[in-house]
Amino acid sequence: MKRESIIEILLCTVSLFSLVSLMGIVLSIFGEAIPFFREVPFLDFITGKRWYPTSEPPCFGLLPLLAGSIVVTIGAMLVSLPIGLGTALYLSEFAKPGVREILKPFVELLAGIPSVIYGFFGMVILAPLVQKIFRVPVGLNAFTASLLLGVMTLPTIASIAEDALNSVPVTLREASLALGATKWETATRIVLPAAKSGILTSIVLGAGRAAGETMTVLMVAGGAAVIPRSIFQPVRPITATIAAEMGEVAMGSVHYHALFALAAVLFLSTLCFNILAERIKGREG
Amino acid sequence: MRKAVEIGGIAFCLISVLFALLSLFLILFFIFINGIKVISPSFLFDFPRKAMTEGGIFPAIVGTFLLSLGAVFFSLPLGVMTAVYLTEYATSRRIVKLIRIGINNLAGTPSVVFGLFGLAVFVKLLGFGVSVLSGSLTLGILILPVIIRASEEAIKSVPRELREASLALGATRWQTVKNVVLPSALPGILTGAILGVGRAAGETAPILFTAATFYTAHLPRSLFDEVMALPYHIYALMTEGTFPEKQVPIAFGTAVVLLLLVLGINSFAIWLRYRRRRAW
Repeated sequence: MKRESIIEILLCTVSLFSLVSLMGIVLSIFGEAIPFFREVPFLDFITGKRWYPTSEPPCFGLLPLLAGSIVVTIGAMLVSLPIGLGTALYLSEFAKPGVREILKPFVELLAGIPSVIYGFFGMVILAPLVQKIFRVPVGLNAFTASLLLGVMTLPTIASIAEDALNSVPVTLREASLALGATKWETATRIVLPAAKSGILTSIVLGAGRAAGETMTVLMVAGGAAVIPRSIFQPVRPITATIAAEMGEVAMGSVHYHALFALAAVLFLSTLCFNILAERIKGREG
Repeated sequence: MRKAVEIGGIAFCLISVLFALLSLFLILFFIFINGIKVISPSFLFDFPRKAMTEGGIFPAIVGTFLLSLGAVFFSLPLGVMTAVYLTEYATSRRIVKLIRIGINNLAGTPSVVFGLFGLAVFVKLLGFGVSVLSGSLTLGILILPVIIRASEEAIKSVPRELREASLALGATRWQTVKNVVLPSALPGILTGAILGVGRAAGETAPILFTAATFYTAHLPRSLFDEVMALPYHIYALMTEGTFPEKQVPIAFGTAVVLLLLVLGINSFAIWLRYRRRRAW
């Protein structure tokens, strides 16, 4: 065989490695989760309202953990969505080019701050502050976690949304302005709708990042596996449960496999976020 | 009325930017003013002492270097080869789509899931144990999408004329890639590698069960030893141990070191990228 075609086949094989890794993740996570469902019926897992993995008999109910994940994800989006979009609009529509050139790399830089730093800041500084200001019994709760996750996902949303806004043709803006629309009207009624799919992608990816974030919620969300009645109660999102409990379980126990079942739930939900983002992107092209 | 909406709207956007910048500045500011006074040569180059309440963080710094360099060592060749295939070779839409599915979903998978994957496959199945090797491999797969995307961007930005000139001179496709495309794309590929190091250095969840340990009395002697790492050290100082009032200052110091490391690495990469964009 010719050397050229050998190289091509080699490159193609190596390129499939990322797909193989993905399948490896799926197989290993789901493979380790299956023994759990031999012990605990699937329905009991997804409808169970209690997570007491070490009590006798143990309870493995998904709902309180899922509720924790959902609460902090929605909370994070309430913070990062308006502010992220506002930032993106400002950078692409209202800022002077020089300001944009400086701020944009800055936003990228901030996206790289490790999550353990946010968690640390939350524990030491934000949580005591929240406790004092809102007069709640514990500062480590869903509210504090949402706030931090919101700030964390800001750069993701702002950066992707800004790219989308920026790729809207200038001619659309000029036509709108020429018809007598103000800058704000042009931005909200012409540019924003034109960049709709990119903005939606940014929201979906931001929410996916918040839902999958581990260290921040592990350190700041409070860790109580109960369905919260208020935003100021401590919660225990899925990611935090896995990270907190995996260090203490006996390898091969039901609890060990239960944590893999949680990881499977987590993987499937982020997969949905990814597919949704792809769909939105695909519709545009 | 229109005027009021106009002013209100733009003001909202400006306030958003200010809020975003201010909150991030405040986080960095508080960590720096509390942490900077802890940092001294002995903090950087000593081992921890007295159950982590005194001494330095040298093993954690070394551990983070080993883990993130190991990750890039593993994923750079794979990532660059994938990027070359996608940009220079791939003709079948179906294969490209499959590869893209792999990359995009890897990028969206939560880091704690990578941790469990590493635990199940590298630590248990392949028997590497909790070790530098298991941690590096796990982080390597985690940063693969970063490396591939940066390399692709770099390879795509090489002008087509260069390829055509090389092919016209009778070079084969691989000779063109090896002698023309890759050398011109090298700065961009390096940017990706540096971003990969920055990302790997800051990750905690993937190394929780695959590589990290709270305390070791010695530096790793082989790839099969467990290590301390900066991000895990911060977490451990805050959640384990018995003297929080002595551990929190050390955690602040460790956070400053980690931030300087990650922000330094990333700003270098971003600077490289913007400089390169201007060049072409």
